[in-house]
Amino acid sequence: MPYDYNGAVVEADEEGYIQDISLWTRELAELIARGENIEMTGDHWEVVNFLRDYYEEYQIAPAVRILTKAIKKTMGPEKGNSKYLYELFPYGPAKQACKIAGLPKPTGCI
Amino acid sequence: MPDENEFEGEYQGGTVKRFLYVNRRAPHGTIYPHETLEMVLIAAAFDQDVTVVFLDDGVYQIKKDQDTKGIGIKNFTPAFRALDDYDVEKLYVEKESLEARGLTAEDLLVPVEVVSTEELREIMAEQDVVLGG
Repeated sequence: MPYDYNGAVVEADEEGYIQDISLWTRELAELIARGENIEMTGDHWEVVNFLRDYYEEYQIAPAVRILTKAIKKTMGPEKGNSKYLYELFPYGPAKQACKIAGLPKPTGCI
Repeated sequence: MPDENEFEGEYQGGTVKRFLYVNRRAPHGTIYPHETLEMVLIAAAFDQDVTVVFLDDGVYQIKKDQDTKGIGIKNFTPAFRALDDYDVEKLYVEKESLEARGLTAEDLLVPVEVVSTEELREIMAEQDVVLGG
């Protein structure tokens, strides 16, 4: 399921995760988010940017429980909880936010 | 597709088993080390009791400052540092393997417990499942 974007085609797998992380841009993220019926706000970007930083440091996309815990550690309990994150990303904070962040599907998510 | 919450709910009532993953190969050149790490993270994500052992050339998997640019593949080894986030804290390295390669615990990118072959045998005997990579 490739994305058509600025006249270029960005390859993605059947679930919409892009294949080449280096092709990611903020505009592409907005496009992927629209496909997920998500209107990106500052709160969404905060999670997406957090995931990208996590991937940069550890080279993996964390499972939802790990993401929640890591966000709690850096941003505090009012953001590091399932309710807040599922409100932002109703179909799974790790899965949807990773897709928008241009990362692979989270490890530990089958 | 069920979401993670459903999976987690399903597994919370299950039995926790003691899983031991044995890494004996150098980190790059085969897919086994990377895939074993994936297995470890998945088992940990499902709240199993996970122990990881490094012996023989497997000790190179957690050597600091690896650079894979020259062989054109992704360096996955920083992911070992995420084991702590996944609550995988039981990491053992065989003393003999480390010494034979001129390495010490300071050369490793995660905190580990260095144990003798004899101690390793006892650790293995305590497990429900032992998987090699």
